[in-house]
Amino acid sequence: MHNVDADPLDRLAEWHAAGKKTALATVIKTWGSSPRPVGSHLAVSEDGDFAGSVSGGCIEGSVIEAALATIASGQPVQLEFGVTNDMAWEVGIACGGKVQVYVESIS
Amino acid sequence: MKADLFEALKLNIAAHKACAVVTDIETGSQSFIGADTRIGDLTLKEEQLSVVNQLIVGDVSGQIDGMSLFVRVYGPSLRLIIVGAVHIAQALAPMAQLAGFKVTVIDPREAFVRAGRLSEVEALTDWPDEGMRKLQPDSRTAVVTLTHDPKLDDPALAAALRSKAFYIGSLGSNRTHAKRLARLTEDGFSERDLDRIHGPVGLDIKAETPSEIAVSILGEIVATRRRSVT
Repeated sequence: MHNVDADPLDRLAEWHAAGKKTALATVIKTWGSSPRPVGSHLAVSEDGDFAGSVSGGCIEGSVIEAALATIASGQPVQLEFGVTNDMAWEVGIACGGKVQVYVESIS
Repeated sequence: MKADLFEALKLNIAAHKACAVVTDIETGSQSFIGADTRIGDLTLKEEQLSVVNQLIVGDVSGQIDGMSLFVRVYGPSLRLIIVGAVHIAQALAPMAQLAGFKVTVIDPREAFVRAGRLSEVEALTDWPDEGMRKLQPDSRTAVVTLTHDPKLDDPALAAALRSKAFYIGSLGSNRTHAKRLARLTEDGFSERDLDRIHGPVGLDIKAETPSEIAVSILGEIVATRRRSVT
């Protein structure tokens, strides 16, 4: 049985081995009741496939978009999501927490 | 993350070795810190490196140095040793694997191991004392005995009590457990030693079926670990 928590890095390795461009998003800071702890990973392939999570599903869409941009540009970015963020109305975290996510490409 | 750094990370995780990736989140420069490898373009000062090593030992990820450096620690896997390839083990082994444990089942009764359909789990057909000697449980290991059979359970429990295993559980009714504790006391274990054994095993969730009992045991293992680290 596969370790669910190790899945993002395993999938990232598979995509990378298949010659696909990939990005890795990592929760680097949390405030309040955010659903996933610091260090949680979301892996994204150039095809838009993804594995893992950086929240309970609330902000994954935005993070995947940012990851695809990072794959294209090669530039890492920092994202912040939370109740005080303008984005909150679109994708904010239902539980009221705040998270900071670092997105980098694997090159 | 550069490909060579990712490669080093993968190898260390596969080998269950603790390591860390340190990232300067402003510049993107990054280094991999393993037990015997250090690669990357981020140069760490001696004192930063010592903080990183403390985080690795504590298995804690986070930001250091005025928030500019992010340290992602990858701890070695947790392990679960199950003694007895019984019905409950068939449920507990895959559930624990899903939760990230490296699982080994010990049972000298080969027929049980075959019947247990444990193809994806490491199985040792050694006697428990020999199996435990091979596996060397440490502070990231949980040990559960499920056979009810003193000649299989007791040697495993004795070995677990002499180790730093963070969780020790033993299946059996209150009566069975009381007799077990009496035998282990005769073997020289103190009351304080025996307090480490969770018995009857598992959280009280009124579990009845083998898979429900597996949930209650895994729940107790997770609760014990999280309580001990916070």
